Amino acid sequence: MLKYISRRVLILIPVLLGVSFLVFAILAMMPADVAAVQLGVSATPEGIEKWNEEHGLNDPFLKRYFDYMGGLLTGDPGVSWSSNTPIKTEFVQRIPSTMALTAGTIVLVILLGVPVGVISAIRQYSIFDNISRLLAMLLTSLPAFWLGLLLMLKFALELDVLPATGGGSFAHYILPWITLSTAMAAQMIRMTRSTMLEVIRADYVQTARAKGARPVRVVMVHELRNALLPIITVVGIILGQTLGGAIVTETIFALPGVGTYLLQGIFKYDMPVVMISVLFIAAVIGVINLLIDILYMYIDPRLRSQFVKG
Amino acid sequence: MGPLLEIRDLHVEYKTHDGTVYAVNGVDLSLGRGETLGLVGETGAGKTTTALSILRLLPDRIGQIRSGKILLDGADITAMSEPQMREIRGNRVSMIFQDPMTSLNPILPVGRQIEEALLLHTQLSKEDRAKRVDEMLTAVGLQASRKDEYPHQFSGGMKQRIVIAIALACNPELLLADEPTTALDVTIQAQVLQMMNELKKQFDTSMLLITHDLGVVAQTCDKVAIMYGGHIVESGTVQDIYEAREHHPYTTGLFRSIPEMNRDSDRLAPIPGLMPDPMLRQEGCSFHDRCPHCMERCRREKPDSRAVSPTHSIACFRHERKDR
Amino acid sequence: MKKTAGNAPKRRGQFASICYRFSRNRMAMLGLAVFLAVVFFAATAPMFADYEADAVKQNVYAKFFSPGQERHILGTDMYGRDLFARIIFGARLSLLISLSTVGASLVLGCLIGSLCAYYGGWLDTVTMRIVDIFLALPMTLMAVTVVAALGTSTTNLIISLTISMVPPFVRIVRSAVLQVKGSDYIEAAVAYGSRDMRIILTHVLPNAIGPIIVQATLNLASVLLSVAALGFIGLGVPSPQPEWGTMLAESKAQMRYYPWQVIIPGAAIAVTVLSINLIGDGLRDALDPKLKNG
Repeated sequence: MLKYISRRVLILIPVLLGVSFLVFAILAMMPADVAAVQLGVSATPEGIEKWNEEHGLNDPFLKRYFDYMGGLLTGDPGVSWSSNTPIKTEFVQRIPSTMALTAGTIVLVILLGVPVGVISAIRQYSIFDNISRLLAMLLTSLPAFWLGLLLMLKFALELDVLPATGGGSFAHYILPWITLSTAMAAQMIRMTRSTMLEVIRADYVQTARAKGARPVRVVMVHELRNALLPIITVVGIILGQTLGGAIVTETIFALPGVGTYLLQGIFKYDMPVVMISVLFIAAVIGVINLLIDILYMYIDPRLRSQFVKG
Repeated sequence: MGPLLEIRDLHVEYKTHDGTVYAVNGVDLSLGRGETLGLVGETGAGKTTTALSILRLLPDRIGQIRSGKILLDGADITAMSEPQMREIRGNRVSMIFQDPMTSLNPILPVGRQIEEALLLHTQLSKEDRAKRVDEMLTAVGLQASRKDEYPHQFSGGMKQRIVIAIALACNPELLLADEPTTALDVTIQAQVLQMMNELKKQFDTSMLLITHDLGVVAQTCDKVAIMYGGHIVESGTVQDIYEAREHHPYTTGLFRSIPEMNRDSDRLAPIPGLMPDPMLRQEGCSFHDRCPHCMERCRREKPDSRAVSPTHSIACFRHERKDR
Repeated sequence: MKKTAGNAPKRRGQFASICYRFSRNRMAMLGLAVFLAVVFFAATAPMFADYEADAVKQNVYAKFFSPGQERHILGTDMYGRDLFARIIFGARLSLLISLSTVGASLVLGCLIGSLCAYYGGWLDTVTMRIVDIFLALPMTLMAVTVVAALGTSTTNLIISLTISMVPPFVRIVRSAVLQVKGSDYIEAAVAYGSRDMRIILTHVLPNAIGPIIVQATLNLASVLLSVAALGFIGLGVPSPQPEWGTMLAESKAQMRYYPWQVIIPGAAIAVTVLSINLIGDGLRDALDPKLKNG
């Protein structure tokens, strides 16, 4: 078990380092006059030169990368180019909002998606199945930002029951959660349904029925537990999409999260801000997928014995 | 006392998107206590469908018993409720499926899969169930200590032994074995068959053995029914089928298409043609377009099963005269 | 894709039966009809409106017309531009961007993926590690990062989306090709002594194409959504070009009093994406009837 975990961690680390290098390299392609942008109208050629020197932009690419990573690994993401203040404090304040948004979304997606998908599969071609399939199809095609705006229009502006923008309270997150989870829940329904359909036709389910097990027992003990693995994989994928979609959702509802912080950084050509935000999201996804892999092992004895013996 | 299992004029259909499949078209079978009946026929003849009908495990909403009776100890299974059926499944009637590689749940320890049958049908305490699981594993020739292992840790032959242990755990009166050895290596096949035979005697269970292997039938069965196109075309004791002079043309063809060591000819004689399309309801004898002795009447009428001896009956017009 | 033993499956018969199965799927046919309508409006947009005069030029006297007012079918926006003209020219822009993105990533993905799968070895190992790194970033995030570096323009948008789209394609193509490669008819072709490129082009790709096409169709839908999403957060097609997501972002502020400004572009996105998703689903079912309704 420990061996498996350490192996997975050993795979994750180079991937994350690779991501940091990739993102750093992409961002290094930012237009050369960043200094002019940051200094604004008062920029003089000398001032620009000084700014570039101070921020290490005159160094070779690899040195800049290693300097940055050296700082990051000791817990210092650097200083913001646009506001000249240390990034760490502000960034750390942004994390809870994004975490609340993502966690709530995932919970909603699982609570909505899995049961509906399971019932849909068990009652294949029933009215429930047909309606849920049609709805899932419609909802996967809805642009989240549009749905968000419409929800805001109805519940915040017209009915005035929920706050439209800003963060801080539970109520602030209700509309963002719904916005972000709708399309993902639809995806979850579709995936759960198709995995369950496969599992339902498996021979061992027939064996369970031939033993005289009740339908509820067949579903809970034999089908759902086997369908869990693919479902968990989907949760991992959805998590990635949720964190990517968080940028958009946070923008709509003006939530003070990592997504809006990242976007601010982009508009201000603030490379350290963009860098830390992107890396943070990639790291969270990596770690959660690692946890999912470990969960896999817990559920699937085939994987487990592979690592106990070998 | 009547037979343990009696099937009368069973008709089973599958309603699919592409149309109705007439899988079983009037099957009659009877199986006494302690007997083994071999149900022989090629793929698609309706053997598995017949077995699934006995447990009422036909695919939901697609497969249905259209008419006929299935009597288990005189009680009609086709008229029973689902809860009544669940009392029978795994308890009085068990089934062994074709592919041991897929018929065990991959994420449950094998011991628990055996125990599940006991949990569903007996009032045994936890300790007694554990004891019974050990007994069953030993009975099928596996170490009881392996009960906490998972299916993937066993070979195909061992998995089939576990499936058999599950099937026999509640001491069923009837065991339905659907090609239990087809998916196994030839060397393992003989072992598993022999074991099933012994266990059958030990547990005093009747068995319906589905197979397309006439060799397996000769080794294990008391009675044989030959199935073709959803019908039983010939039935009798093993002696009747292997030694009597009169046969249904399909049975004759079946025997001719088996390679034999001591036969003079060096060519097999396969039966020409294919089985009739089960989507079409055929007039006349189901075998007529492949039959070397086809007569005008065979195309129009379905032959009834006629007894050619007290134990042996054949559904063919050529053997009708003997009746009178 | 099933493993097929013996001879390579007959292409034409297969193609005809796929078409037949697709045409019997009512939802897929509905999707196809809607999508063709969108394509029609996109292609013939200049016949209905003038790009400069109707879709781009501001007109202070015609601000915020309701749909139907003064011959503006869908009304006008806050700069007095005809919404219908902006929607159909927007369709043009969206389709252009998403089709070229999917096209480019399909070509690159097929190339890299099939080379990796066919040759294996270090080429495969190195490429797949790089792909792993790319896949560690969600698509939106990757695209946002690239746009951040390159700046906002239509070309940059296509480049950034292509970069984020190629790695998953490489994976899909690679596994599809690997599956085909293991089948007997490829081994037979190798045994005949066919040349590598010939084998890839005439045997491997055509037989792996099914799942690739389905994926491409479904990706077209997600690219369309991404284009609009990036436009919405201000990193897509720059104003005044009539891109649907950008239009939504612009009219967001007036949403309370002029809701149709938000409803119309959003509906355009939703309908187009839905039609493509329906086609993709229909294709998947038609290609593999066993996986029906997956």
